[in-house]
Amino acid sequence: MQPIADPLLTVDRLTMRFGGLLAINALTFEVGRGQITALIGPNGAGKTTVFNCITGFYQPTGGRMALAHRGPVQEQELAGLTASGRRYDRHACGGLFLLERMQDHEIAAKARVARTFQNIRLFPAMTVLENLIVAQHRELMKASRFSIAGLLGTKGYRAAEEQAVERARHWLEKTGLVDRADEPAGDLPYGAQRRLEIARAMCTQPMLLCLDEPAAGLNPRESADLTRLIRAIRDETGTSVLLIEHDMSVVMEISDHVVVIEYGCKIADGTPEEIKSDANVIAAYLGVEDAETAVAVVEAGA
Amino acid sequence: MDYLIQQVINGLTLGSIYGLIAIGYTMVFGIIGMVNFAHGDVFMLSAFVALIIFLALSQLFGTINLALALLLVLVAGMALTALWAWTIERVAYRPLRGSFRLAPMISAIGMSIFLSNFVQWAQGPNNKPLEMVPTEIITIALGAGSITLSWKQITIMVTTAVLLMALWYLVQKTPLGRAQRACEQDRKMASILGVDVDRTISLTFVIGAALAAVAGLLWMVNYSQVNFADGYVPGVKAFTAAVLGGIGSLQGAVLGGILIGLIETLWSAYFSLAYKDVAALLILIVVLVFMPSGLFGRPDVEKV
Repeated sequence: MQPIADPLLTVDRLTMRFGGLLAINALTFEVGRGQITALIGPNGAGKTTVFNCITGFYQPTGGRMALAHRGPVQEQELAGLTASGRRYDRHACGGLFLLERMQDHEIAAKARVARTFQNIRLFPAMTVLENLIVAQHRELMKASRFSIAGLLGTKGYRAAEEQAVERARHWLEKTGLVDRADEPAGDLPYGAQRRLEIARAMCTQPMLLCLDEPAAGLNPRESADLTRLIRAIRDETGTSVLLIEHDMSVVMEISDHVVVIEYGCKIADGTPEEIKSDANVIAAYLGVEDAETAVAVVEAGA
Repeated sequence: MDYLIQQVINGLTLGSIYGLIAIGYTMVFGIIGMVNFAHGDVFMLSAFVALIIFLALSQLFGTINLALALLLVLVAGMALTALWAWTIERVAYRPLRGSFRLAPMISAIGMSIFLSNFVQWAQGPNNKPLEMVPTEIITIALGAGSITLSWKQITIMVTTAVLLMALWYLVQKTPLGRAQRACEQDRKMASILGVDVDRTISLTFVIGAALAAVAGLLWMVNYSQVNFADGYVPGVKAFTAAVLGGIGSLQGAVLGGILIGLIETLWSAYFSLAYKDVAALLILIVVLVFMPSGLFGRPDVEKV
């Protein structure tokens, strides 16, 4: 495993403890800028907990999560911000953020991290298009200078809204949902709801997109569409993607980098090829006993 | 026949007022899952606000155009009552939002007691009479008999219809309405997507109170008097209307209000005036037994 040259997100000794349960134990990994990084591991390994820490749903027990909008990060800048006790510095690195000090809505708004959920969290009674417009509410309010007039929809707001609809349309096309724009989101089939959730996250114009099991419950065809979509997001917008996924074919196909965790600890980290042949990963996934793991490790020449 | 039509008109008039109050209950419940027990008293307060502004206007300008005066009272009353509700939310509810579920409701009960006592102290315990709209009536011949329609009733029904259309537009077509609906469905998600949840909640209280202020003015128009205890019974009936229509549903609140108004009026007309409140609540019990989520309510899904 080699260090990533220019990481967008550097997770350093992240620890999360729930009472007596150590869910994440000094986990260190990086998300490369403009790359697709997969976070994999057996059930209960702590993958979603990592997501919840990154997106501010949980306050981590310890560790540092630094996100830089423009890299590479100078060590002294990061050390300076950490020592200052501030949550972020808008000027360093085009915006340098310590996510463990920030609240969820700040992480979304300022650090520009978007996420989707394992259990879909759309606004089911709103139309598909409205779901995408709500995701741009902040931009729209900014355009109307946060006024009540903006909330009621004035002229300046209208112009911004047209732009928002344009962006929504772009992502509807990308996700193949244009025809269903005016249907309630809750009426869409499952696969379409998953794509809509990704479209909604992209409408917030994130630097980092966190996808929690986007392929879960999809048929092979939908799964292939999804793979194309995620790749298009990386290639066309340059958004970095962090992905939790159980479908190994998806992971191996699209990931630039794979991080494997088990019981909250990292057991491997590398390119998909490296991971495929990693003895620890094989042991973790096949459930080999410790003694056998040792043998397997020796056999693999690690 | 003409008697029945007459009673239906009377019922619709009363129901309009209940419906306007019920919207405040249902919107607040929809967005934060709290029954705002002080809402009835906000309504009572708004009737006093309307009365005071109306008197002030006639003191300052003498007899002016009645329609213009009512419009001024309406706008100023909505603004002042909204300010009250905004303050109440900031002082009594928002600090308790992260607390256990019952805390803000207990605070609301306290606020209800405070408001009615405050008005009793400030305005005295007696009925305050004020005839705003003249009692003239229009008689419409209908078959053998005739029905009468008073200017009061016309004022009430037209005002209610116009404001309900405005509310519908606000909720369905404006960014504020979109933010409200998003918060109602998933507050956390709305916050992550950049909706200012606290402000949206404040504005929900404000809109509910503004509509209660309309109801307060219409109450003055209809009954020509108000006292400090008048928030209670209409408040309970409007809450009943909201539950009957399916709490959280706007059209449910309006329809529930109209139904309660009709039931109450028809019961008084055909059976007994003394038991009209019992009738309205009895219907509520029957509906809840057979349709627990009300007429328009979604079956309640407990969020994780």
